[in-house]
Amino acid sequence: MSGATTPTTGAGAPSEPAQGERSWPLWEVFVRGKRGLSHVHVGSLHAPDAELALRNARDVYTRRQEGVSIWVVKADDVTASSPSEKDSFFDPAGDKIYRHPTFYDVPEDVEYL
Amino acid sequence: MYGNDVIDPNEPLNAAETAAYDAAAEHEDQRGGRDTVGGDFDALLAADQRIEPRDAMPDEYRETLIRQIAQHAHSEIIGMQPEGNWITRAPSLRRKAILIAKVQDEAGHGLYLYSAAETLGIDRQELLERLHDGKQKYSSIFNYPTLTWADCGAIGWLVDGAAIMNQVPLCRCSYGPYARAMIRVCKEESFHQRQGFEILWNLMRGTESQKAMAQDAADRWWWPALAMFGPPDTGDAAKGGHTEQSMAWGIKRFSNDDLRQKFVDMTVPQAQKLGLTLPDPDLRWNEERGHWDFGQIDWDEFWQVLRGDGPCNAERIEHRRRAHDEGAWVREAANAYATKQAAREREQQQKESAA
Repeated sequence: MSGATTPTTGAGAPSEPAQGERSWPLWEVFVRGKRGLSHVHVGSLHAPDAELALRNARDVYTRRQEGVSIWVVKADDVTASSPSEKDSFFDPAGDKIYRHPTFYDVPEDVEYL
Repeated sequence: MYGNDVIDPNEPLNAAETAAYDAAAEHEDQRGGRDTVGGDFDALLAADQRIEPRDAMPDEYRETLIRQIAQHAHSEIIGMQPEGNWITRAPSLRRKAILIAKVQDEAGHGLYLYSAAETLGIDRQELLERLHDGKQKYSSIFNYPTLTWADCGAIGWLVDGAAIMNQVPLCRCSYGPYARAMIRVCKEESFHQRQGFEILWNLMRGTESQKAMAQDAADRWWWPALAMFGPPDTGDAAKGGHTEQSMAWGIKRFSNDDLRQKFVDMTVPQAQKLGLTLPDPDLRWNEERGHWDFGQIDWDEFWQVLRGDGPCNAERIEHRRRAHDEGAWVREAANAYATKQAAREREQQQKESAA
């Protein structure tokens, strides 16, 4: 289990491997716990390709039948919002409280409203 | 499996506890713009919110986490060796299947933790190199040998028991990815402790020599298990360790000494139930404190093992390096296969678009 909805490589510049051996790309793993639920990010792993990423994800994240379906996505392919722009990015929703049902004044004795 | 005992004795104090840090912090404050970022971090901590990978955080917080999570990850994968030693000699198919599952879990725990460390901007490859070169530590408990089958019981019961005691508070660690990894680890770890207890439970109801084997294992693992919580860090010992800063950062929630006491209080009744005698003549219930008193831990031995002079230090790293080197051809082959498949796919796409 690592990064939540951001790619786990998101912090700072990943350092280069010190020796010649090439690191496998990083994959983010999403698991559907059971039918009817959506896939949820559970963590990440390294694998040379999608097929092995999927197999490794099965072995690492569903050893106790935690899932019925797995997605793997290359971490590099995830586009994430930036935490430093968090305020301005999410601000537009801040002053629109009329989007919530509790905003409205209605008589208390009206049913099914 | 993991303890708090991996602090390098030769390492200077945590940078954040020295005058140098105070000076640096003051320096940072005078730089424009940075203080608002620092405020974000502090405000999040104050509100007991989690810090997430791409949030701004002090360099010292990042460094401390990388070091701690890496040592924790190293402990998990080195921790595969003492019990892995018994897979081929497990006394029954049932025990063998359980042991394989447990050792596989440790590998998985290592992976969760390396992944969490990588969110801080460090490459797993580099962490492994630091382990292989002896630049980063792992829990010194794994430098003790597994001489008999009963040791697999004692490790599960005592070592994993101590690890759980350490790890449960880490589920509330301020760094999100670490906390989430720990939740997963703790969930999986509880079977480890129970299977260990069960091994000893069965031995203690077996022949005289089986009972003696169980007692011998408890004798050898009890003190190293207590040392897993790390050196004393309360009272006079509170000065100069990492505990204070780690607590302020919400990385650590309880002192080593508190966790150790909780472990002793939990484990003594279990030992009584098993019929084992714990190797401590000073162990007795203290009515006034409401806790079990216990004897003096041999910290000289602890530092000696941590420095590399334990029974198995060289063997563990040697084995780890060999396993890594001997696996190189598998990694290369997987890379070659992935490259070839990708090339074929591109070719196919080109043909299709040409047609």
